[in-house]
This record gives sequence, structure tokens and C-alpha cells, in this order.
Amino acid sequence: MRPDDRKYTQTHEWVKADGDTMLFGITDFAVKELSNGNDSDLVYCDLPEPGRALVAGETFGEIESVKAVSDLNAPVSGEVLEVNTHIEEHLEVLSKDPWNAGWMVRVKPTTKSLEGLLDAAAYEKHVASQKH
Amino acid sequence: MKQTSLHDLHERLGAKLIEFGGWHMPVQYGPILDEAKCVRSRAGLFDLGHMGRVHVTGRDTLAFLDRVCTNYVAKIPVGAIRYSLFCRADGMPIDDLLVYREPDSVYLVVNASNTEVDLAWMREHARGFEVKIDDQTERTAMLALQGQRSQVVLQRLVEQCDLSTIGYYKFGFGTVCGLPNTRISRTGYTGEDGFEVYLPNADGPRVWSAILEAGAGDGLQPIGLGARDILRLEAGMPLYGHEIDATHNPIEAGLDFGISFKPEKGEWIGRAALAVVKASPKRRLIGITSDGPRVPRQGQKLMQGEREVGEVCSGAPSPTLSTNIASAYVELGLDRPGTALEVDFKGKRQACAVRELPFFSRTRK
Repeated sequence: MRPDDRKYTQTHEWVKADGDTMLFGITDFAVKELSNGNDSDLVYCDLPEPGRALVAGETFGEIESVKAVSDLNAPVSGEVLEVNTHIEEHLEVLSKDPWNAGWMVRVKPTTKSLEGLLDAAAYEKHVASQKH
Repeated sequence: MKQTSLHDLHERLGAKLIEFGGWHMPVQYGPILDEAKCVRSRAGLFDLGHMGRVHVTGRDTLAFLDRVCTNYVAKIPVGAIRYSLFCRADGMPIDDLLVYREPDSVYLVVNASNTEVDLAWMREHARGFEVKIDDQTERTAMLALQGQRSQVVLQRLVEQCDLSTIGYYKFGFGTVCGLPNTRISRTGYTGEDGFEVYLPNADGPRVWSAILEAGAGDGLQPIGLGARDILRLEAGMPLYGHEIDATHNPIEAGLDFGISFKPEKGEWIGRAALAVVKASPKRRLIGITSDGPRVPRQGQKLMQGEREVGEVCSGAPSPTLSTNIASAYVELGLDRPGTALEVDFKGKRQACAVRELPFFSRTRK
């Protein structure tokens, strides 16, 4: 079971409240789809600059593997406060600990509501439906 | 989705399988870059069962193929192989292929994604010629053994054929794992020395496993299509849908060696249009290297200042060059090696430089 202290998107991002701010990241499933379990297949992660306004459902960055590029989509709207630049040089963090050390951006949300996002149980079902 | 005779073996080896050209194929067994390095330093075994394999026989085989192919098929020596294309009347490629010249027949190897289109197109143009077009794809297996250890490893399983006598882009027949009259060609899509072997489906799994076993001590590993794409890009070899397609002609792609304008070849489909392109090309396919963190990808624009001067066809991190590489079309005048350009990543720029293709080749110096 994946952590139930946060919400998930259909496109495999997570969002977690942290005081007045929210953290975004991507799930273990997203990482595995990109890297097939091989850290070295991840080549680049493009994250936004602090200060940028993000819109729920719109792309805030990109992650690249050897074979593919995936958009990172904002689970909620808000302003970027802080970026985990450590990831850019250490993409293996995403496979080792996507839930904590692998956070990508800290956002000041425009609303506290996480309505419409998936809880852990619903996300679990969503992932099961995507298994080939 | 179609499956090759080796499908179950790939699953057992833990491969990640994807759809490719209508087939369920292994894209990787392990890390893609490690697989590419394995082929460059030792050897790798590929399942190419998805490639289209077509035997053309009949009295008019050569005349027919010289009508539909860009290369001069009747001039290919028996036992030799040439690169060719099928082009439409407007000179745009339908596919590219290898042509194996036999005494009274010709064997063609085409791309998986285009096999159906190729067959329909050949049959359409076969009217008036006495030829038989036999699609053998679904009843045969095709394996490629690539890398410097290939000859040593394969010879352990081959009798009635001294592999050292088969030159580059030549083929012969030998007994492979006890299977007589098996087609073996010294060809590949990696820039390495190596062989491609053609078998009945029933023998595919047995021969695949025997080769892996025979080469285990030499560091031979199974390699997926992901690494194959990197290796062919490093070797400057075109892939249909990237460097050539309905909007990218073979002249500007630098594939002149596969196109014959010799009058003796006679009139062929696409000749007039390609002669016009040859007289006044507008752009050229070149390589680019980029030391920045991002990998150039198909469709991205190449910029010089605010001016768009080219477009990326294929890109990959290159384990051999230790930098990001790509193939791209640039307008003439900016195609000289060393020319500094930028790749546009949705508005963000990354510096790159023009290089001559291939980036790497052990077979083409």
C-alpha cells in the first residue's frame, strides 16, 4: 500500500500537505514506468524556478528517461516556493525514495482543497488498471 | 499484437516488452545504456523476428526489383547485399531495405512497421512482371549477433561455412546448430561487425539459447530494441519514421549509395523526382552533439539566434561518446562540422554542435 498521508493524480503525481505549504512528487509507479527499475535509464529532470505560478492539471516540468519524456503535472494550483534541485544531479533518489527524499517542488497553494484527487486506495485501483 | 517465436524466452529473461511495428518486442532486459555498452565492448544478441522478410522469385525478379528499388539490383553480385529504398513517384521513401542477391531470386529485409505497405505496393507494381512475392516473416525467425566477439561465438555453432570468408554485406549458407542451408549474412544495424541469421520459427528458440550459451563466457547478452536504437544512431544509420519518411527524402539524408541513376538500370519509380532533389538539395542530415543535460528528441527545432535552421530526427544519450547525440536536418551552409547551434526545449535553449555522421563505426571508417 502506498502512503495514505497524501493524494494522487491519474497521471501519477502525489501532493502532500506540509504545514501551510504542499509538496509535489511522482509515485513509484511513474518512476518504474520510466526507468523499468533501472536507475541509469533516468537521464534528466526539468523543474520550475521558484516564483512560478502553477495551474492544477498543467505541466510544471519534465522527466526524461533514455527512451521517453514525461510531463510532470501539478496536482493543485499554487506558487513554487522551493525546488528540490538535489534531484537534478541525483535522479536515483526518485527510485530509492519517491515519497520523501524524492519530493520535487514545495508550493504555496491557492486553495487547501484536495478535492477531485485520488486517495491511496483509489490510486491503488488506478495503478492496477494500468498494469499490462 | 504479433509475437515472434522467441516471445516466451524474452519474458523468462525478464525483458520489458513493448509494441513495435505491430509486434510485441523486448525493448530492454536491463539498463539500456549498459546493453549498448555490452555490444560495443563484447557482443549482443537481438531478436529481429519483427523485420519483414520477403523472397522474390520468378523470371522477371531483377527487372521488377529494378523498377521498384532505388538501387541497381541486377548489378548486385550473387552473394552480396545492398542497401536500397522503395520510393513513391514523388521520390519520398515508402521504406528502406536490404537486398540479398541470389542466383535466380532476391531476398528482401524490410522494416516491421512498413511490411504490409511494402507488400501491397510491390504487388501493385508487379502487374506485367512474372514474379512471386513470398512474405516469409511470420514463419521464420531472424537473429542478429553483433559486436567484436560475434564471429568467434557464432563459428562455434556453425559448420559447412567458414564465417571469416563472408565479407561485410555478403551472405552465405551454413549448418547452424545442425540446421543445414541456413542463411547467414555479415550485416547489422549497430556499426559493429556481426551477423544476421535466418531460421524456421521452430528452430528459433533453440538457436537463440544455443548462441547465448556459446557466448556466455565472452560476455554475450541479449539486447533489446532500446539499445539497438542508440547503436544505430551512433553508427549514423537511418530509421524509417525518423531520418526518412514521406517528408524526408533519401538524397538529403545522404543515402546516395543506395540510389542508382545509371541509365542501364532503366526507368524506376521516383527517379525523376530524386534527380531534381539531387541537383538542388535544400538541407542535409548531420549529427549533433550536446554536452547539456537534456537529450534532443525528434521534432525539436535547431536554432541559430532567433532563426529556426533545422529539426531533430532522433536523439539519445550516447554511452560510446559520453554525451548526448542526435541526428538532424540543417539548412545547407550550417552543415559544417563544428557549427554552433542551439536545441530548443520548449523555449529553453541548450548548446549543440554539428558533427559528421557516423558518430562511431567499426565497419564504416
